[in-house]
Amino acid sequence: MALLEVENLRIELSTRDGTAPVIDDLSFHLDAGETLSFVGESGCGKSMTALALMGLLPERIGRIASGAIRFDGEDLTKASPARLREIRGNDISMIFQEPMTSLNPVFTIGEQIAEVLRAHQGLSRQAAWDHAVELIDAVRIPNPKGRAGDYPFQMSGGQRQRAMIAMALACKPKILIADEPTTALDVTVQAQIFDLLRDLRAQTGTSIILITHDMGAVAEMAERMIVMYAGRKAELGPVAQIINHARHPYTQGLISCVPHLHDVLTEDRPELFEVPGIVPSLRDFGRDECLFASRCAHVTDQCRSARPPEKSFEGGQIADCWHAEAM
Amino acid sequence: MNVLRTFLVRAGYAVVLLTAVLVLNFSLMHLAPGDVADTISQSMGGADQELLDQIRADYGLDQPFLVQLGRYVGGVLQADLGFSFFYNEPVTKLILERLPATLLLVFSAQILALIVGVVLGVISAQKPNGIASYLVTFTALFGYSAPVFWTGILLLIAFSLQIPIFPVAGMRDVTVDGNFWVEAADIARHLVLPMITLASVFLALYSRLARASMMEVLGSDYVRTAKAKGLSPREVVYKHALKNAVSPVITLAGLQFSAVISGAVLVEAVFSWPGLGTLAFQSIIARDTPTILGILFFSALVVIVGNLLTDLALRLVDPRVGGRK
Repeated sequence: MALLEVENLRIELSTRDGTAPVIDDLSFHLDAGETLSFVGESGCGKSMTALALMGLLPERIGRIASGAIRFDGEDLTKASPARLREIRGNDISMIFQEPMTSLNPVFTIGEQIAEVLRAHQGLSRQAAWDHAVELIDAVRIPNPKGRAGDYPFQMSGGQRQRAMIAMALACKPKILIADEPTTALDVTVQAQIFDLLRDLRAQTGTSIILITHDMGAVAEMAERMIVMYAGRKAELGPVAQIINHARHPYTQGLISCVPHLHDVLTEDRPELFEVPGIVPSLRDFGRDECLFASRCAHVTDQCRSARPPEKSFEGGQIADCWHAEAM
Repeated sequence: MNVLRTFLVRAGYAVVLLTAVLVLNFSLMHLAPGDVADTISQSMGGADQELLDQIRADYGLDQPFLVQLGRYVGGVLQADLGFSFFYNEPVTKLILERLPATLLLVFSAQILALIVGVVLGVISAQKPNGIASYLVTFTALFGYSAPVFWTGILLLIAFSLQIPIFPVAGMRDVTVDGNFWVEAADIARHLVLPMITLASVFLALYSRLARASMMEVLGSDYVRTAKAKGLSPREVVYKHALKNAVSPVITLAGLQFSAVISGAVLVEAVFSWPGLGTLAFQSIIARDTPTILGILFFSALVVIVGNLLTDLALRLVDPRVGGRK
């Protein structure tokens, strides 16, 4: 049995024009020790999925309308708030995009890490603090004893994200959700953070859900990937296989968007590739048609008549496109 | 170490500021028409020019302005605020007798307004459209729009006349005599109504600001992080959010110190609270210049000390204040 199984998940968001399905019929699984990557443009539902897994959808605005999230066999959509609190930060934890604002400015790093240990493992103040110092060391922040007493504003962006990782991994969670963990960081720091995540995964066996729009990061980190478009899954499968032969036109577009440094330098700077058009508005998310149709070069009448079915290929690759076989 | 140094620098500024206040107040009073001699002659039913000159000479009022100013500032530096002809007592003694009553009223009202205001703000921020939130908004609006003397009189009618649980006026009951605790309890009983009256205005301000600030903080990324750690709602709100949300309220409370003191003047008058406010009121009517100047001086002092305390409180709450690097 997979560690995490999501079945036909539908998340609705209340907007001024009524409810919109920001996640529409999403199913996937995550194995123990695996890294699964969610890829897609802003607003495609990547972060919503993550928040739903954590039970942290925005109150009174977002809700799980149907579907199941089974973690170790337990359906989290039916779990009580108290049970969810037990799981959060302990079995499933999360690091966020903005290390600048995701840490509380008025508490020391050490305290913010130790707090998780006290909450979930019932450690004493001193024991939790000592363990926090070890964790700070584990995420390779120099002088951990001294830095534990520092406040977030005394640290650099990369160090803050390291502290966030230490906090998330404090209780040795089974799943770590990383929501664009390096988007706000310098390129050199990005590589360090990915290195760190990879090493920590090797040490602890934690599964990682990596949310990103950086194809490079996906290729570097993940075994499997899910491409999301407008709240729906576009394509799912092993990373190498998809990058070699994407079956969904949107995936192909995303892959073509990654500029190759050498090509750009050697030739006379060709035009950058872009996927034309924009993501449909939230209002149109529920429509029974291919939502990518308006931007797709291969569009036919069939695409506008009904939502495309899942088409499976060897190696577990799945693409939701009417013309997937022809791609 | 760092805090101590900042404290000393601030104290230095405070001395400069106080001197400026002193000079300014004295000059303003000097510009106003009428002086002690006029008042004395009035109370005697009139006096001729010779007597007026005599009185002015006695009080040093015939000297040039700068000489008078110099004498006054020199006196203050030696802790001598002059002599009140109206009370026939040194001003310093007059004020020091009444200062504790005012300090008690001002600080207790300020602390009450802060605590209750923040609690109400936090409660209403959690469910911005709930009944509790509307109730808090209404109370705040009422407290803020009602004139403080009117609130005071209303409270007096309600809780001293209709339901006589609190005394009508004053600070202590002459018949109560006993050990320290009995007297303290007596003063506390007298303090309740004036304190609530004075606090009502500021409570309104603080609860509104606490509400707004709390709502903003509750939507912030680090509150989401705190939830993602699996902390209880109580820890998320009262530990992670509150410590951030309270800074602007403390800042405002510091700025409001002078307003609290001027509010105290009215409240003291309503409840015959034997503090500086009542003294100020009487000495203004009596044109008792030295007393008025003395009170203004002490008001400035209280404001400066209040601001200093605010600053220290902010440092305790927010590590970013004070530029630790």
